[in-house]
Amino acid sequence: MGLPLMMERKSNNNNNNVVELSRVAVSDTHGEDSPYFAGWKAYDENPYDESHNPSGVIQMGLAENQVSFDLLESYLEKKNPEGSMWGSKGAPGFRENALFQDYHGLKSFRQAMASFMEQIRGGLASFDPDRIVLTAGATAANELLTFILADPNDALLVPTPYYPGFDRDLRWRTGVKIVPIHCDSSNHFQITTEALEEAYQTARDANIRVRGVLITNPSNPLGATVQKKVLEDLLDFCVRKNIHLVSDEIYSGSVFHGSEFTSVAEIVENIDDVTVRERVHIVYSLSKDLGLPGFRVGTIYSYNDHVVRTARRMSSFTLVSSQTQHMLASMLSDKEFTEKYIRINRERLRRRYETIVEGLKKAGIECLKGNAGLFCWMNLGFLLDKKTKDGELELWDVILKELKLNISPGSSCHCSEFGWFRVCFANMSEKTLEIALKRIHEFMDGRRRF
Amino acid sequence: MRLIVPLRGVVQGRGGLFVGSLIPCCLFYFLQLYLKRRRSPPDPPPSDSDLTELPRTSSRSNLFSRGNSIGRVRVSSRAVPVAKPADSPYYIGLERAKTDPYDRISNRDGIIQLGLAESTLCFDLLQRWMSENLIDSMMMKSDDGEFDVSSIAMYKPFEGLLELRVAFADFMSRIMGGNLSFDPSKMVVTAGGTPAIEVLAFCLADHGNAFLIPSPYYPGFDRDIKFRTGVELIPVHCRSSDNFTITVSALEQALNQARKRGSKVSGILFSNPSNPVGNILSRETLHDILRFAQEKNIHVISDEIFAGSVYGDKEFVSMAEVASSGEFDKSRVHIIYGLSKDLSIPGFRAGVIYSFHEDVVNAAKKLMRFSSVSVPVQRILISLLSDTRFIEEYMAAHRQRIRDKHVRFVDGLKQLGIPCAESGGGLYCWVDMSSLLTSYSEKGELELFEKLLSVAKINATPGTACYCIEPGWFRCCFTALADEDIPVIMERIRKLAESSRS
Repeated sequence: MGLPLMMERKSNNNNNNVVELSRVAVSDTHGEDSPYFAGWKAYDENPYDESHNPSGVIQMGLAENQVSFDLLESYLEKKNPEGSMWGSKGAPGFRENALFQDYHGLKSFRQAMASFMEQIRGGLASFDPDRIVLTAGATAANELLTFILADPNDALLVPTPYYPGFDRDLRWRTGVKIVPIHCDSSNHFQITTEALEEAYQTARDANIRVRGVLITNPSNPLGATVQKKVLEDLLDFCVRKNIHLVSDEIYSGSVFHGSEFTSVAEIVENIDDVTVRERVHIVYSLSKDLGLPGFRVGTIYSYNDHVVRTARRMSSFTLVSSQTQHMLASMLSDKEFTEKYIRINRERLRRRYETIVEGLKKAGIECLKGNAGLFCWMNLGFLLDKKTKDGELELWDVILKELKLNISPGSSCHCSEFGWFRVCFANMSEKTLEIALKRIHEFMDGRRRF
Repeated sequence: MRLIVPLRGVVQGRGGLFVGSLIPCCLFYFLQLYLKRRRSPPDPPPSDSDLTELPRTSSRSNLFSRGNSIGRVRVSSRAVPVAKPADSPYYIGLERAKTDPYDRISNRDGIIQLGLAESTLCFDLLQRWMSENLIDSMMMKSDDGEFDVSSIAMYKPFEGLLELRVAFADFMSRIMGGNLSFDPSKMVVTAGGTPAIEVLAFCLADHGNAFLIPSPYYPGFDRDIKFRTGVELIPVHCRSSDNFTITVSALEQALNQARKRGSKVSGILFSNPSNPVGNILSRETLHDILRFAQEKNIHVISDEIFAGSVYGDKEFVSMAEVASSGEFDKSRVHIIYGLSKDLSIPGFRAGVIYSFHEDVVNAAKKLMRFSSVSVPVQRILISLLSDTRFIEEYMAAHRQRIRDKHVRFVDGLKQLGIPCAESGGGLYCWVDMSSLLTSYSEKGELELFEKLLSVAKINATPGTACYCIEPGWFRCCFTALADEDIPVIMERIRKLAESSRS
């Protein structure tokens, strides 16, 4: 796959009087010119709507969780009749919220986050609220950690396929590189020690210093949890190379069967040696599990005191408003509610997943066996004329223009095998999902006739 | 060539073949060693033992409980200075005041906080508005009157909802004199003024470039700009003789010195109303700055976060207005604004980048994914800022109350023989305590700072922290004080002054 190219600086000095911008401002590392985002544009121009635009583009490229809003709403109705909870217990609470801009974050909110994260892990790991650093979303958390763990031109190793946003989030302002750890379908895209060693060596050969490994568990775009043995081997590897391990667990609450998820926190829980513990950092957010991306609530949980202190100070660039913290603190610490929410949300996601996978199977399409997340990893390799990136993008374009479905091509996730696509299923109604499946069936039927 | 001749001599001698082959081998070996050392970046120290060689046990934890045989993992070099204990008196004072905060009922001997530029003077008005409007403003209700969480839960453009940018544009033109209209499409909403300034620094300057900044300046800029962008700040010293107003000749001098040092200056950053002095820059001065920037082909960043906190007689003019006059290339002008000071809601985290440069706006929009305002808070702000009747009432009261407090505070100091710089805006005054210094020097000033903190139990920010070139100046923020706190403060200062005279 190769290393990311050096960003080219656009010449903007054609005229002595035109004022210059920075490299960061003119670079295209934001990636918004890639196909991943082109599909979004097509959707924006012709969005599907059940009643008003039934032939529009169905957005299956956005990993958003809309299946459990009713649970949030009924909780709010019951516990918060006049909005008193969210109205900051009437007027007096407002004063604290309005002034509070401490980068430590509200203690009550951090406690609530810690408790919620523990619940998701079935109590198999404990979280210390003082190790929680709040950021305005997981995007900010990943960038912040990258600033702290790596210097410009250093690298993080990231297993492929990975979330396309990482190219931007981990590299743009930080100047840090991503070196891919190649995974393939022969073992369901699990990370192997050989692949880790190979990636590490690739970096060394290019004189790049590796500072850490960043994984997403459960994986985006695979929609599958990382096996416990793989996590242990990964931690071994990081210890051997003396590098960091970042685990983005943003989908941890979206694992269909809770027992199938092993968090890196569980492994660290049984380790006393601080020199091992302190290289582990977890990223979390409420955007996926709670379906609240608009709230911009993310967190870094680090076992490293230095990292916690540094992240806290740097979080002043990305604080969560105290009003938001206050609003969520009581809801997240209501164990009865969160237990019920986690359970029902998982169940609904599981059913959605089964619907889409079976629907695809009937159309002759296989998916990777998944057990988590808001999407499935679909294999259309057999439809490609040529098993190349161009071949894949041609098929993607057909799916976008003819089927009017925006899905994400594997190449935008740096997958080394062509023909895989990520398909989101939780950001729409069941009816819309059926329509999407119907379009796919018709398309496949059409192809079979030839 | 030169190498071969002596070698030939050696080779042709006795044992020559052996030596003749040994020398090149040695040279080759040393060459390889030299190249290897030069080429490879330092490895992080590897662990002493290879863990894969140990017998695997069923209990994983055994492998990791091997004591100190593994190297400690390191953070990046840019992270190292960030976690260091604060060395600036600005932060030290803030920390100390927090450990023993004054309370006029329960802790009358505590430290009075004059180091934080925040206002609580109009909280009563805000509280009333919030209790009446918060819930309705935050969540749209669906047709059956039920909460509709999806209206605030889902992803929205990171640069801020259009309605919010429209409301901000309207609010800003109201408080900045009404002669100017702001265009929502040039605006990006940020999670506070702090990310606004950092994002602009990332967009306008490369690592190692510099901004010129009139001093004394707000100490927080050091962190906001230097932490991650690598952009330098070059102070341009202003003097009490002209009330600390920036001059073009000072800018010129600073720029030339920077160039001589090999520093590339990308822009000028200044605050107006200025912090910590509180003076309002005249239209002429703004004009001069912009002309200077045009001549040198650099950017201008005007931090106007106190624009609504103007209480003096001098009219506030935004750099946006001067830029719009048509005389200069306005794409070099960028404004920072926010609600933390004028509307007293720093906890909400709402700031604005307003730029006349399309590419800067586009880059800033994309960077907002790292620092955006939560949607429910945006909805509250839309409602608040669009309530023009309330805003008019609030801003009038805000200005009036600051003016009254300012008068009391400055008069109190005057009675002690302590003068202040002339100011017309901001939440603080710039106080000349040089008469209390034991020595007219930075050392003397820091001693006074310490005495104020530990003896008088007052936290005021010393000029050194603001890079002021004249010793003895302190910034005192007075907008979180009740009227009855002021005599307490004056009494403490009086006692300190007396004891230092004796």
